[in-house]
Amino acid sequence: MLELAVVSGKGGTGKTTLTASLAVLIEHKVLADADVDAPDLHLLLKPVKESENPFYGMKKARIIQEKCSSCDICRQVCRFDAIEVINGKYVVDEVACDGCKLCFRKCPDKAIVMEDSLSGHWYVSRTPYGTMVHGLLEVGEENSGKLVTIIRKQAMFLAQKEGVPYVLMDGPPGIGCPVNSTLTGLKYAIVITEPTQSGLMDLERLLDLMEHFGVFPFVVINKYDLAESKSEEIREYVVKRGGKVAGMLPFEKIVVEALSRGEPIVQYAPSSRVTVEIKRIWDYIENEIKRGA
Amino acid sequence: MVITVASGKGGTGKTTVSTSLTVAISRQKTVSHVDLDVEEPDSNIFLKVPIKREEMIWLPLPVIDYEKCTFCGVCQRVCEYNAIFVFKNTKEVKVFDQLCRGCGACKEMCPYDAIYEVQRYIGIFSYGEKGNIRFYEGRLNVGEYVTTDAIRWVKRRLKKINDSEITVIDAPPGTSCPVIHSMKDADFVLLVTEDTPFGLFDMKLAYGVAKKMNKKMGIIINKALPGFTETREFAKKENVPVLMEIPFDRKFAKAYAEGITLSEYSDEFRERFEEVFSYIEKEVENA
Repeated sequence: MLELAVVSGKGGTGKTTLTASLAVLIEHKVLADADVDAPDLHLLLKPVKESENPFYGMKKARIIQEKCSSCDICRQVCRFDAIEVINGKYVVDEVACDGCKLCFRKCPDKAIVMEDSLSGHWYVSRTPYGTMVHGLLEVGEENSGKLVTIIRKQAMFLAQKEGVPYVLMDGPPGIGCPVNSTLTGLKYAIVITEPTQSGLMDLERLLDLMEHFGVFPFVVINKYDLAESKSEEIREYVVKRGGKVAGMLPFEKIVVEALSRGEPIVQYAPSSRVTVEIKRIWDYIENEIKRGA
Repeated sequence: MVITVASGKGGTGKTTVSTSLTVAISRQKTVSHVDLDVEEPDSNIFLKVPIKREEMIWLPLPVIDYEKCTFCGVCQRVCEYNAIFVFKNTKEVKVFDQLCRGCGACKEMCPYDAIYEVQRYIGIFSYGEKGNIRFYEGRLNVGEYVTTDAIRWVKRRLKKINDSEITVIDAPPGTSCPVIHSMKDADFVLLVTEDTPFGLFDMKLAYGVAKKMNKKMGIIINKALPGFTETREFAKKENVPVLMEIPFDRKFAKAYAEGITLSEYSDEFRERFEEVFSYIEKEVENA
């Protein structure tokens, strides 16, 4: 069983569009949406929830006003600027609190308690394309690598149970905590980028990160014909880094049309140039994986 | 006045809008542009401000003074991030840099005063000027988890050195902690969305964040398409003004690919961004 993630340094490069298309093309797999901050895969795959599970992140500090003597020690030791004095009262800014417990340990009045905070949920759902594990963080919660880890573990468990060869993950954008949790332990990832300066810069950062984790990149250049010389520059860069360019997708209005109808492009427009190329890309990647690239 | 430009979804045109707005404002007034999208700071691709000064962003990192350490294990017990391990048998204490948040618990709680701290570099803070634009950027090192810490650093520096009346913040995408930090000081939140169900779904999340914080808001719809009406319906229902629509057009995608802001692309766009700014100014004054 192989885990495969679709990732992009920059947001909005077509990550979910590609994942949803692969979800249609790859016959046997479990799907996982690791973009817990702004999950979108469900909009295209229309899952029916089978189970909902709470997710608790770091415990957060709360000050019991009756016990607080306003000694100021908590505010002095907190390095996250999370203790505020409002109208003479000491209160914790829940968003800023990192759960390090130092204030709790240092308070001479024992006026601070650490409390569980419900940080989000994760779900197991049915889709027409197979089982899907996904999650959603509560608004304003810490970027949670932890939730991504839970989703990955659950997806792997289900894939083993169902005896399917792939777990296909829609990864979060960026290079921060949830991306780290998505990439760690992977053998391959599909990286989607676009031919812009920001696309290239973000790709460089992402490939650095993948190198660090030992993940082999298959790169897809989306909307390549918007700036063909930039696409060529990206292609050369990827090859120089030892990765592989799996294919290039043209800029087509029909992709946005499919998006606004909420359908994977390979299904919405089966004979479009983009669909044909996505099919070719998957054949190529599957072959490379089988060859043990 | 602080204007935070945010979007739930990545790649909706947040940076295009924030930099175009900054360029439009800078025709009349001094404006500070702050790139808090520290994982992927792209504003300066468009603004092209020469960097005048750079400094390291760092977090404190514990180091063990083996002369004093008794391997009692307190530091390991108090670390909420599993970033420090005490090996009693081999008389070794291992600190995992990347997991450490620099909270200071191990140092503060060590009964033998055997921990001191050094600086661990997590990114770069840059500052530059061009005409009326003051530019600030935080850039997180690759492989770092500590997004929020880099943002906090930039915000602390800003408090000290930013004296512009108008500040435009380019926020990270999403709705999590880093976004809240970017919106916290805002007088106005400008939400950028793209005209698809994805854009809308994620924008609703970002809207939820700003609403919870009682922020004044406006929406800019990018890649606007005839036929998809739900974004406007949502705006109407929630009573949030749509301040601009940027049509879906290959021309703009190309300008973007070439690193040109819309305010420089055409006078018409610049004037439209000036209008958006006048609207925001009035809204904030009336608040």
